[in-house]
Amino acid sequence: MSEFILEMRNITKEFPGVRALEKVTFQVRKGEIHALVGENGAGKSTLMKVLSGFYPHGSYSGEVVLDGEVQRFRDLRDSERAGIAIIFQELALVKYMTIAENIFLGDEQCKRRGVIDWNRTYQKTSAVLQAVGLRLNPATRVIDLGVGSQQLVEIAKALSKEARLLILDEPTAALTETETENLLKILGELKAKGVTCIYISHRLNEVARMADRVTVLRDGRTIVTDEVVRMPQERMIQNMVGRELTNMYPRRARPVGEVVLEVKGWTIEDPVKEKVVVEDISFEVRRGEILGIAGLMGAGRTELVMSLFGVWGKKRGGEMRLMGKPLRIESAYDAIRAGVSLVSEDRKRYGLVLGMDVKQNSTLASLERIARFGVINKNEEIKLSSKYVTELRTKTPSLEQRVGNLSGGNQQKVVIAKWLLTRPRVLFLDEPTRGIDVGAKVEIYNIMNDLVDQGVCVVMISSELPEVLGMSDRILVIHEGRLTGSLPHAEASEQKVMYYATGGA
Amino acid sequence: METTVKDARSEVNLKELVLSSVKHNTKQYTMFLALIAIWVIFATLTEGVFITPRNLSNLFVQTVTTAILAIGMVLVIVAGHIDLSVGSVLGFTGAVCAMCMIKADLGVLNSVLITMVVGLVIGAWHGFWVAYRKVPAFIVTLASMLAFRGLIIGLTGGQTQGLEMAPEYVANHFKLIGQGYLPTLAQAGEGQLHDTSLYAVVALIAVFVLASLRKRAARMKYGFPVLPMRFESLRLVLLSLIIALFGAIMVVYLGIPWAVIFVLCLAVLFSFIASNTTFGRHLYAIGGNPDAARLSGINVARKTFALFLTMGVMTAIGGIVYTARLNAATTSAGQNAELDAIASAVIGGTSLMGGEGTIPGAVVGALVMASLDNGMSLMNLDITFQYVIKGLILLLAVWVDMAQRKK
Repeated sequence: MSEFILEMRNITKEFPGVRALEKVTFQVRKGEIHALVGENGAGKSTLMKVLSGFYPHGSYSGEVVLDGEVQRFRDLRDSERAGIAIIFQELALVKYMTIAENIFLGDEQCKRRGVIDWNRTYQKTSAVLQAVGLRLNPATRVIDLGVGSQQLVEIAKALSKEARLLILDEPTAALTETETENLLKILGELKAKGVTCIYISHRLNEVARMADRVTVLRDGRTIVTDEVVRMPQERMIQNMVGRELTNMYPRRARPVGEVVLEVKGWTIEDPVKEKVVVEDISFEVRRGEILGIAGLMGAGRTELVMSLFGVWGKKRGGEMRLMGKPLRIESAYDAIRAGVSLVSEDRKRYGLVLGMDVKQNSTLASLERIARFGVINKNEEIKLSSKYVTELRTKTPSLEQRVGNLSGGNQQKVVIAKWLLTRPRVLFLDEPTRGIDVGAKVEIYNIMNDLVDQGVCVVMISSELPEVLGMSDRILVIHEGRLTGSLPHAEASEQKVMYYATGGA
Repeated sequence: METTVKDARSEVNLKELVLSSVKHNTKQYTMFLALIAIWVIFATLTEGVFITPRNLSNLFVQTVTTAILAIGMVLVIVAGHIDLSVGSVLGFTGAVCAMCMIKADLGVLNSVLITMVVGLVIGAWHGFWVAYRKVPAFIVTLASMLAFRGLIIGLTGGQTQGLEMAPEYVANHFKLIGQGYLPTLAQAGEGQLHDTSLYAVVALIAVFVLASLRKRAARMKYGFPVLPMRFESLRLVLLSLIIALFGAIMVVYLGIPWAVIFVLCLAVLFSFIASNTTFGRHLYAIGGNPDAARLSGINVARKTFALFLTMGVMTAIGGIVYTARLNAATTSAGQNAELDAIASAVIGGTSLMGGEGTIPGAVVGALVMASLDNGMSLMNLDITFQYVIKGLILLLAVWVDMAQRKK
């Protein structure tokens, strides 16, 4: 038997008009954590879909060899039976079911035909939950869990199926630092138990810490596979983008101007849980600066900006001034009219209408600008949306492309275009680079810089510390709904931000 | 390097363009083809009676109420809602209109206006519950479906109210809405062509061709892909032939019915609303992704309210035309009409998931539904089978649509 648990040989996968994978070779050793990296659209997800049988045998050319045997998976069930478990980027849990129901969904533990044995189900669930370090009641509904715990439930589900090869697609994209730490620890433990893991991630420092070996894909080809210790991050990035990135964070220092937005004593209650989630937060944003907002997941950052934008929460107190004038914002409509815009954190849920095309999405928040008596001036629509496609360098075959068919980075650019078309004075960006590739990230940073040069105030929430530190002129740190620290660029460091983010104690 | 990439791309684009356009158009034409297939089948089974100009002309008039409801229903479904009440409300508003003329002697114009206001109020009632009280439209309109069926009985006293009970000049004028034809100028004997109707058809084709060419020119100006001229002209000729065919059927019989002209105007108006107004765009956005719509500054509740107002008025219009065609208000008026309207919209490509659908598609869908009714009645088919067949056709149509989408 060979040293490889998995070998994918000469995999070629074509879609109409595109060759997504071209003779990709991918070999994974038994018991290792193997990182798969590459820009969005490089073919990572496609390769994993070939492996898991999502694309059935026959729809690609090449061979998938597991334990020395050529496999012909027709669907996900086939690959599951062979011991492969894939955890997709978008979690596949049923939100209103309990943990136990989710874990054994499709594989229900039965007494007799069709009658569920709840005792055994809960017992087994407790066992796998323990293996992933979750101390939770198996009867908890998934909707009541944080993203981090949900991720672990997914892993527990995979373990319950006795998976030998675990595939994780961007598992930490939505996790906080602590949750990430926890996940990485669990993966280490699983490795010790002999589970092989394929780890797809944009976070190269995690890759460097966790993985034994790494394979870089670019434009549907294998560029290199090597031991992680022999691949410093710069070389990894270089292989991913095919060029050297001289500066990941192109921050430009600018003279700081007058106060544009002023928030005082902002206090917001969660309307469902009836609990204060943003408490007495005051800050100001000045012309010419990028203000970063850091904090752990669930600290109330998203709630803060969503409430400032007028679309979330019950206001308990506080005021907001724009250029010295008091603002009353009760809906997105009010915010847009006042010149406040928000690129929300979940672009598919809050940002885009996936069935609409690029131009319709671009103009959705500013239709009034291009309409007279409620009739849309379609020529103007084309002009404006194509202007931003050019300016933001959005890669799309045409303005009439459905945004659902664009890559993550380009979707994000369409969302940004939508908000720029409203001509904002203050632009809130909530996790603007989540789930998009390195190259596109730098482009988003450059867009932020250009906006600030044009006099727009940019406020960026980010869970990626290097990003907040690299791009912000000033960083606000939030912990459990309260402002715990405010750091100018020169004084900020990862340690300091983490210190305040964990409560400053 | 740059140029080779670009060349390769434009070549792929041309091939893709023609392919996608063929695919796009087959979808458009499959509906027509299905319609033609249904016609051929009925023509054979009824030994030609079905395709006589007389029958087809009647068929078009029978389509009208379903088409009016379907046009409104497209917008409702696109926005992610449903309206189950249109059948009962159609019957109720029709009865209101009839009673205005019979009992209150209000004249045609006043009666029609009052009826439309009643439709508006009913729409406001639905809109209030759906938009501002967040009760699912399915439930709100299900309640109305029951309630208005009852109110019809209350209003008409449970009896058919024939319009011959109204003053004669009122009844005669009102009848025109549902049964009248475009007048013929040159008076002559039997079998003559109906001149004004003929001119109307020619004008329609001319407007259609010119509008298409203008749109093509505009697209070229903005660098959008357009079909090569030979494909475009083929498309135009085909579509013009279809219009001519439909027009000819009516021109040869008694001329174009006013009701048909009316529906065409509504279809054009609502197509414009759907694709060229902020209101239409907002409805598609709300149906496609309500959260994104709300965060884009769209007042979802207000638009939803306006949507149900629109549907209410459209239903009242349907009620007026229906009553005029039947020449009476009956207690069973509009029964199952909501299902015909929904079926027409869905057969015409409207997605029940929201965010997708076209007005012309729904009109063709209505024609399909009316053809089934008409053809099966001509065949004297047992009513049992009529229902079963209509149900199965709907199932089949949606399955075909889903299968095509998947590809």
